[in-house]
Amino acid sequence: MNLLECISVALISVRSNKMRSGLTMLGVIIGVAAVVIMVAIGEGANLQVSSQIQRLGSNLLVITPGRTREPGARTMGAFGSMDVLTLEDVEAIRDECPSVLAVAPEISRGVTLRYGTGSMQTQLIATTPEYLSVRAFNVAEGTFFTNEDVRSAAKVAVVGQGIADGLSPGENLIGKEIKIGETRLSVIGVMETKGQSGMMNIDDTVYIPITTAQKRILGTKYVRTIYAQARNAKSMSSANDEIVSVLTTRLGKAEAFSVSNQADVLEAAQDVTRVFTILLAGIAGVSLLVGGIGVMNIMLVSVTERTREIGLRKSVGARITDILLQFLIESIVLSVVGGAIGIIVGIAGSKLAARVTGWPSAISAVSVLIPFAFAVAVGLFFGIYPASRAARLNPVEALRYE
Amino acid sequence: MIEVNELTKIYKIGDIEIPALRGVSLYVDKGEFVAVMGPSGSGKTTFMNILGCLDQPTEGSYLLDSIQVSEMSDKELARIRNQLIGFVFQTFNLLPKMSAIANVELPLIYRGVPKRVRRPLAVSMLELVGLGDRLLHKPLELSGGQQQRVAIARSVITHPKIILADEPTGNLDTKSGREIMAIFQALNDSGITVIIVTHNADIAQYAKRIVRFLDGRIVADETVSVRTIADRNESLNNLIAGLQDEVSGEVKAG
Repeated sequence: MNLLECISVALISVRSNKMRSGLTMLGVIIGVAAVVIMVAIGEGANLQVSSQIQRLGSNLLVITPGRTREPGARTMGAFGSMDVLTLEDVEAIRDECPSVLAVAPEISRGVTLRYGTGSMQTQLIATTPEYLSVRAFNVAEGTFFTNEDVRSAAKVAVVGQGIADGLSPGENLIGKEIKIGETRLSVIGVMETKGQSGMMNIDDTVYIPITTAQKRILGTKYVRTIYAQARNAKSMSSANDEIVSVLTTRLGKAEAFSVSNQADVLEAAQDVTRVFTILLAGIAGVSLLVGGIGVMNIMLVSVTERTREIGLRKSVGARITDILLQFLIESIVLSVVGGAIGIIVGIAGSKLAARVTGWPSAISAVSVLIPFAFAVAVGLFFGIYPASRAARLNPVEALRYE
Repeated sequence: MIEVNELTKIYKIGDIEIPALRGVSLYVDKGEFVAVMGPSGSGKTTFMNILGCLDQPTEGSYLLDSIQVSEMSDKELARIRNQLIGFVFQTFNLLPKMSAIANVELPLIYRGVPKRVRRPLAVSMLELVGLGDRLLHKPLELSGGQQQRVAIARSVITHPKIILADEPTGNLDTKSGREIMAIFQALNDSGITVIIVTHNADIAQYAKRIVRFLDGRIVADETVSVRTIADRNESLNNLIAGLQDEVSGEVKAG
């Protein structure tokens, strides 16, 4: 008996018990679909995090006050004083680090913005004009503030698209006056739209000169973060070394600050999302396993139910391997068809989940083929026991079975 | 054709040994038509299972067509069942989800005969047993007599040397039983050795020889003096001719 013949026998049997085959497949379908959807969501999260980090700007080094305690937690949890870095440090980096192309300080915090009678919770970013090139931002309308504005702590502001739309829909905000606390600022430009980044919407950000923030709003001489852009990808490590050496000299100790680069941040974030993906896939994998046990269960029932058929087949010359193959292929057919349907359901489901929840999802060949291969393996593994039980039936007893 | 010597078969259920055969010796020549009779539990079904290579004797030798069967592996036994022996059962044992054709061609599937060869063979075999108009019917759509004829077509499609039938008329009415026995006589006339197990003395009269079992032994072995000859219609003559043609013809090659 050749393989094609075996497959057609298996198909006949699967088709002749549509309800039962369907329910058995359902277990595999749900399992495979769950894995596909979960991996798609995990991969999507990974892609989103990566793109957000890359959107920070290219060849970026981020200098923050304090020292992180563990090398694994590079992105957060700094310890020590936050009031360390000043505008003089920014100047020093610009002057003394040849590998650094541009450098910009940043102070950011949440503020309430008022315009006329309306108000809005927004993110304030106080910086210098170089911020535009460092972060790869552009002004859509009007102008960004200049170095002269920074020097004179001018009362000017550039707003994100979201603020322009939120505070004065349909009206051009340029030339108008907005208030942060009691400080009046004149709007001179509107930023290009950038979209969501992590928890906050970049478009809901207001940009003002750093000195204006320090002197007129926050009353501090320190900056929270310094962004430095290396000349190119190759000069990242030399830029890093130069910054460390300049700042160590100026601040007295290397523990007062830390420099992290995009690759580090990216890697740390990807570690997190990878764990997240594996966790999700693992949970979904359990349901695939349960589906496989369902296949075995039904195959065992099927073998018992068809004991006489097995006896008859043996009496007309079926060998042990013929019967073994027949039942093995039957369970593989169940899991392959279930797996294929599961992939379709999984792809549709992850698209639907992405649309409904707004989470991104990414489907790759691997995230589809691995659960499918796993489903086939499940069919094979859980089919072996019932099939060998069928194959080893004694023909005399099988024929007599009621 | 068949030569068994001092065959014993002991079933073990737990620690209890139940002897089903206690030393059976029998010689059946090619072309014989033997009826095996005996009360329930006399060992005749066990004897048939061993003759049919479905079961192995505990002791004793079994020569089938000069082949020593009692020492063969499962795989070799499967091949012998497929090539030398045709089975007919009391309960027909057709596969319920499959058409008459598919049931008849089943043994050829296990012989590896491709579909385009075996399908016409199955059709002609069904025509020979008078079911040319029931090719695609499922077993449950056929009467008992018709089902048994499908089963006979299945048993002869491989051109076996022996047909073993266990109570082939047990589930049939008298008329259908007579028709089935007519087919067996026709098969026998075409040269096939036929051995049937039966309770029914009338049915046994269709055979040429009657062997009686009691308590696992043969207690009588006699030639039928007044044999019943079934009415034979045109199609049965065709069956004999058809089988003889095919036996001598190219089909045997499958």
